[in-house]
Amino acid sequence: MVNPVLAPQGVAMQRGTGSVAVQSVAASSGSAIRLAGVTKRFATAHGGIYTAIRDVDMEIAPGEFCTVVGPTGCGKSTTLGLIAGLSRPSGGSVEVDGAPVHGINREVGYVFQTDAVFPWRSVLDNIAVGPRYRGKSSAEARAEARDWIARVGLTGFEDRYPHQLSGGMRKRVSLAQTLINHPRILLMDEPFSALDVQTRTLMENELLTLWSATSASVVFVTHDLEEAIALADRVFVMTAGPGRVKSSYRIDLPRPRNVSEIRFLPEFVRIYETIWNDLREEVLVSYERQKHAG
Amino acid sequence: MLADSALHVPATMTEEEQLLRAKLRIRKRRIVVNILRVVLGIVIVGSWQLTTATGFVDKFNFGQPTGIVTQLQKWITDGTAQGPLWKQVVVTLEETLLGFGLGMVLGVVAGVLLGTNRLLADILAPYIKALNAIPRVVLGAIFTIALGLGMTSKVALALVLVFFVVFFNAYQGVREVDPNLLANARLLGADRRRVIQGVIVPSAMSWILASLHTAFGFALIGAVVGEFLGSTEGIGLLISSSQNTFNANGVFAAMVLLAVVALTAEACVTAAENRLVRWRPNQSVDVHI
Repeated sequence: MVNPVLAPQGVAMQRGTGSVAVQSVAASSGSAIRLAGVTKRFATAHGGIYTAIRDVDMEIAPGEFCTVVGPTGCGKSTTLGLIAGLSRPSGGSVEVDGAPVHGINREVGYVFQTDAVFPWRSVLDNIAVGPRYRGKSSAEARAEARDWIARVGLTGFEDRYPHQLSGGMRKRVSLAQTLINHPRILLMDEPFSALDVQTRTLMENELLTLWSATSASVVFVTHDLEEAIALADRVFVMTAGPGRVKSSYRIDLPRPRNVSEIRFLPEFVRIYETIWNDLREEVLVSYERQKHAG
Repeated sequence: MLADSALHVPATMTEEEQLLRAKLRIRKRRIVVNILRVVLGIVIVGSWQLTTATGFVDKFNFGQPTGIVTQLQKWITDGTAQGPLWKQVVVTLEETLLGFGLGMVLGVVAGVLLGTNRLLADILAPYIKALNAIPRVVLGAIFTIALGLGMTSKVALALVLVFFVVFFNAYQGVREVDPNLLANARLLGADRRRVIQGVIVPSAMSWILASLHTAFGFALIGAVVGEFLGSTEGIGLLISSSQNTFNANGVFAAMVLLAVVALTAEACVTAAENRLVRWRPNQSVDVHI
């Protein structure tokens, strides 16, 4: 247990169900995303019922960069799917911009963990699909796509197909494909987990640069606590499944940040230790369960 | 063996000399393969010719290569009993292509429809299984009765044979579409029509195209069997009339014609496939140098 009074500098702690602390934020500024008592159950293949998340309360302010960490199988991706409108909650309410989520929201951008770029489209056409689907002419869409290709540093690769690109480059395509729609809410599901460490740091920095030019609220799911702290304004810790929000930490490290260097700040290390103490119990619970299941 | 010997390179060789040597080896291998292919053909046809010429094998029953060539020459110059040879080839080809085209379109449409509509698929599943279990060639008899001796009955048979092959592949292809790609398209703003057009069909395309190779073979079977069962022209009739006159060389000559047609079509399908799935990674050619 972490005593909030003893919490180190640069990290403010909100403990418990989270809803109490969070409601004050909502009242003051109006939240971009609000989950209240959200539960999601799935029917399993064997006729049973699996509860992925239970009573999740989460509130994200407009323009806030939030990361969600938690052990494997705690329902992080499920939570993102609910915010995106890909699935409906079994209980509780999910609101985006004060309105309940019904189906897919056009203001939401989503970057997937695995490759979700269209393998039969060239880089240019992959990035242009968003504007095309939203009714722009082919010429307009391509002009916009070219602009984004330059922004994510893919100039010269317009006509390549995804299989001709490295993993990092495909991620750039995904980012541009999503950001070209100017989402007000950006959901990212372990987007960089498949990349090698160097590429990953590079992409994290680029993401922060791209994000700082928007006013998007971000929910970034990761299993990597370092990544979570380096990127975020706020870190949510989830419990072992069925997941709920265990605690949230405000990260007051200065921006703009350099992800590759920020990790060496003593303050960063202190924050890391604090959150890790909290997260470790959940990781152990999850690990024990997997061992027994296996 | 070639690969092993290429590895033992004298240390004194320069980079260019080594590359040149490697290239020469690849070329040499290709030449050797081609020569051996020709030799194999000569051995097979030659032994057939030799055994039938010496009387070891009865050429009346099993034909003879020179007899087949003579038969083809005769058909080309004098025409067949049922009209000029080119006309027989064209008729069979027309039936095949019509059956192939229609069967393919219907198969893809039905596959996508059922693949995207779970309820419809569940309702129709037992009927489709039952239809698929019937040896469909027997339908040819019904088609000949119902549609007559003309081209329609052959096209119908070819169509049915093609339909099921393409349908099952298209259906499977649609069901195997990456759910992430579907979700991504929807999140990027695609409506249902665009999801089908822009994700489901291109994604199922490799399955569909793979089925087309088999499907063309089935179309040809449909056309030829249809002609067998009753017709006034076509390569199938050429075979059955040769059979009725105990002309083994005639049957083999017609088979040669069918092989030429099938191989040409195979080349066309492959070319179309390469054009349509340019985005797919090339299978790397495994050559040791």
